[in-house]
Amino acid sequence: MTATTDDTIPVTGRAIRDEMIAFGIMTVLLLLVPFSGIYPFFVMQALCFALLACAFNLLIGYGGLLSFGHAMFLGTAGYFSAHALKVWGVTPEIGILIGTAGAAALAVITGVVAIRRQGIYFAMITLALSQLLYFIYLQTPFTHGEDGIQGIPQGYLFGVFNLAQSTVLYYVIVAGFLFGFLVIFRAINSPFGEVLKSIRENEQRAISLGYKTDQYKLLAFILSGTLGGFAGALKVFVAQNASLTDVHWTMSGEIVLMTLVGGLGTVFGPVVGAFVIIAMQQYLAGFGQWVTVIQGVIFVVCVLTFRRGIIGEIAHFFRRSL
Amino acid sequence: MRTTNITSLLLATALSVFAGSFASAQDKTVKIGVLTDNSGLYSDLGGAGSTLAAQMAIEDSGLADKGWKISLISADHQNKPDIGTNIGRQWIDVEKVDIFMDVLNSGVALAVNNLVKEKNSIMINTGAATSDLTNAQCSPNTIHWVYDTYMLANSTGQALVKAGGDTWFFLTADYAFGAALERDTTAVVVKAGGKVVGSVKHPLNTADFSSFLLQAQASKAKIIGMANAGGDTTNTIKQASEFGIVAGGQKLAGLLLFITDVHSLGLKVAQGLNFTETFYWDLNDGTRAFSNRFSDRAKNKAKPSMVQAGVYSGLIHYFKALEAMGGNPHDGAKVVAKMKEMPTDDPLFGKGSIRADGRKIHPAYLFEVKKPEESKGPWDYYKLVGTTPADQAFRPLSESTCPLVKK
Amino acid sequence: MQALYAQLLVGLINGSFYALLSLGLAVIFGMLNIINFAHGALYMMGAFCAYFLLNLAGIGYWWALIIAPIAVGIFGMILERTLLQWLSGLDHLYGLLLTFGIALIVQGIFQNYFGSSGLPYAIPDELKGGMNLGFMFLPIYRGWVVVFSLVICLITWYLIERTRLGAYLRAATENPTLVRAFGINVPRMITLTYGLGVGLAALAGVLSAPINQVRPLMGADLIIVVFAVVVIGGMGSIMGSIITGFALGVIEGLTKYFYPEASNTVVFVLMVLVLLVKPSGLTGRTI
Repeated sequence: MTATTDDTIPVTGRAIRDEMIAFGIMTVLLLLVPFSGIYPFFVMQALCFALLACAFNLLIGYGGLLSFGHAMFLGTAGYFSAHALKVWGVTPEIGILIGTAGAAALAVITGVVAIRRQGIYFAMITLALSQLLYFIYLQTPFTHGEDGIQGIPQGYLFGVFNLAQSTVLYYVIVAGFLFGFLVIFRAINSPFGEVLKSIRENEQRAISLGYKTDQYKLLAFILSGTLGGFAGALKVFVAQNASLTDVHWTMSGEIVLMTLVGGLGTVFGPVVGAFVIIAMQQYLAGFGQWVTVIQGVIFVVCVLTFRRGIIGEIAHFFRRSL
Repeated sequence: MRTTNITSLLLATALSVFAGSFASAQDKTVKIGVLTDNSGLYSDLGGAGSTLAAQMAIEDSGLADKGWKISLISADHQNKPDIGTNIGRQWIDVEKVDIFMDVLNSGVALAVNNLVKEKNSIMINTGAATSDLTNAQCSPNTIHWVYDTYMLANSTGQALVKAGGDTWFFLTADYAFGAALERDTTAVVVKAGGKVVGSVKHPLNTADFSSFLLQAQASKAKIIGMANAGGDTTNTIKQASEFGIVAGGQKLAGLLLFITDVHSLGLKVAQGLNFTETFYWDLNDGTRAFSNRFSDRAKNKAKPSMVQAGVYSGLIHYFKALEAMGGNPHDGAKVVAKMKEMPTDDPLFGKGSIRADGRKIHPAYLFEVKKPEESKGPWDYYKLVGTTPADQAFRPLSESTCPLVKK
Repeated sequence: MQALYAQLLVGLINGSFYALLSLGLAVIFGMLNIINFAHGALYMMGAFCAYFLLNLAGIGYWWALIIAPIAVGIFGMILERTLLQWLSGLDHLYGLLLTFGIALIVQGIFQNYFGSSGLPYAIPDELKGGMNLGFMFLPIYRGWVVVFSLVICLITWYLIERTRLGAYLRAATENPTLVRAFGINVPRMITLTYGLGVGLAALAGVLSAPINQVRPLMGADLIIVVFAVVVIGGMGSIMGSIITGFALGVIEGLTKYFYPEASNTVVFVLMVLVLLVKPSGLTGRTI
């Protein structure tokens, strides 16, 4: 999607500083949430989706690859972690590891298949693969189909942190989110990230310069999938269940929506987008299906007039990089 | 900005600690949460009607005049266990809901069952069918009100096998409820001397049953048991008539049918179907009086389903228990224990009681759907064919695996 | 053996829906380069239109077959004029996202008013009943569906590939500037084409109303399968989509007989395989 991002603002020292300041503000705000009276479960959920959206954004905003199947990473990690925690009785950190590893393996397999094509074909392949996985999960007994895996124990992280206490859990999730976010941030602002951006802008030229573009794209896909899986593994502790909703293609659509609303190709856009969409879902839950309609309207409006997203517009207005 | 937040936080903490000592004592506030399916497969069965039934129960209890503050909220769990638990958790933590009503869909019900046990809240489940709620998954915080798969299997299954249907093929919805229904009915069929010759699972919310029906037809079983509900059942029945299954000599057994299904199918297609319910609006004067009041306020003047009737009946009993306790202790297990002590009696389900495993018992009725010419108007659909008394209809305590039952 | 034939026939019936729907999608993609995610929602609108025509205006099935596609087609044309045309210069993916949003809106609105449990629509009396074919009992209505879909598919293919109007349409999408220079109103052609594709979806909806419950979400999961069909058949190839639609229905039927657990997934596996080997699909042009 070369026409998407207005990344004409060069990544100068000032840009990095702006982003670091924004990161600092975000961290402080997150750390203070338990004192503010905002329901921590809402923030925890939003953070998991924010990380997932950031992972998705890595692929589309910087790699130019629209994945319409990112739910498969969320769901796979969720199911693997849930099963490990509930049935095998592993400790939380092992559970997260298993979930993330599962998603990483999936990313390797699907990436090898999907990277071969770009643009609309890439989107369709990821959609098809995700739906394939949905049906597989629907039928395999360990996922319990429509009922999902319920009542997952939270346990003690590293034997010390009691995840059943919501405040402790909250800080663990924040730590996880910040870690994932920093990984993505580092990836974007690295030589790897620069090559990725150049591939997005003009793949032919990148190839002519001697870069093996397929390898870079595959690596980005694997990184994106693994971090998405990490978000999914974290979410298992928040929701204490893993269900088919997490693997359905409509979930992938929501991830796209979050990133679009927040700003494709911006660093903080997906985080803001995730919070906006999750908040909307929470507070409009009483209105049932109007949520879907509103989401649709937001999609339409964003695509037609608001392509830069919230952060994108702010960044464009201030001529900064966010 | 942040300093004012911290100051107000400190103040709030101090106040709440102070007030907390009062909150743990009894008060006369109750918050009811109707967690149902407002937009999906079962929205006509529960949905807005359940909320209406709850509203009517609040009004009829007369507690508002006695100084009680009762509030009601409702939400749509969209038949998804994760949405159900998220809403449930928020309701308990933030909205301070005391009791969950309806909660249809067995998957959601089992998830919420875990949640209310963990948080010492209450669930009176009137909508879900899985008998696990009072068996392996029983809890001191949950009461299963209207029906369950064991009772349905017992009543319908036995009657059909006795009438000659001794070979069965199951068409099962692939989730907790479908599996429970198939399992319980299989047990009844086998005990009564019948045989299950095959089964096939279909995803929830299937539109096209042609390939499953073909398999059922090929099995040549005398009875095709539909272990599904709502739109899946009506679709199966409709398409079965298309494929000439009934004409070919096989009988369709509705293991869980509601009056809303018969309404959407129409008497021409549904006539002759036999199944069990525990409430019918036209059964007696008591049910008629309630149902007419209900349908005056309901969408499309619909008569109440047994799920919605259960919401009313369950809340009436809950309010009686609270009144007997003199206030709401906001302690789920305590109130449920009180509810189990008191026998139940209301114009909808008659006399009954709640057992130690949380199972409410009352008589079960076997109905047959009238022919179109026998019906005098909309919703006049059933004839009563048989009654199973309360103590025989449900799973006997001796067979229960519930740890709350002292053997 | 009998069960096999029966499942194959059922597969053919399902295949005709796949073919009709993918035809509409292929027309729209082939002509407009838009991946119409709203196709499922428009299919659903066709079914609902038939339901309304019957229950509010007493207009029966046969008229609905004509009126519903036209009505929904006009709605589609309005959508194109007001929303889609702004995306003409941009990446394909924006079209995908926009139509995805439209699908959410349409489905959400219908869900709010009609719930999800579905409304009944009876099979028209002329098509009721069935014939005993020996290996299975074939409902007449389902036989009609296969025949009618085939006819419509062939007519559409003929219209686009063999008539002058079709030639204009194809030319307009390959080189709009040149075609406009010839005096042909290109934007109007595009709007008409979108309307045609949408009308085909609505027609499929009317056809399916008597056998599937008329529900707001009836198109939502179907659309993904239809995408797979269009991708396999060749994005933009009309004949490719028709053949693939029917073929896929049959393959699904076979799978239901030999290995039922895989019947949901076989379409996607095939799609992945085809995409890896020949991304333009079996008969399509390269993007």
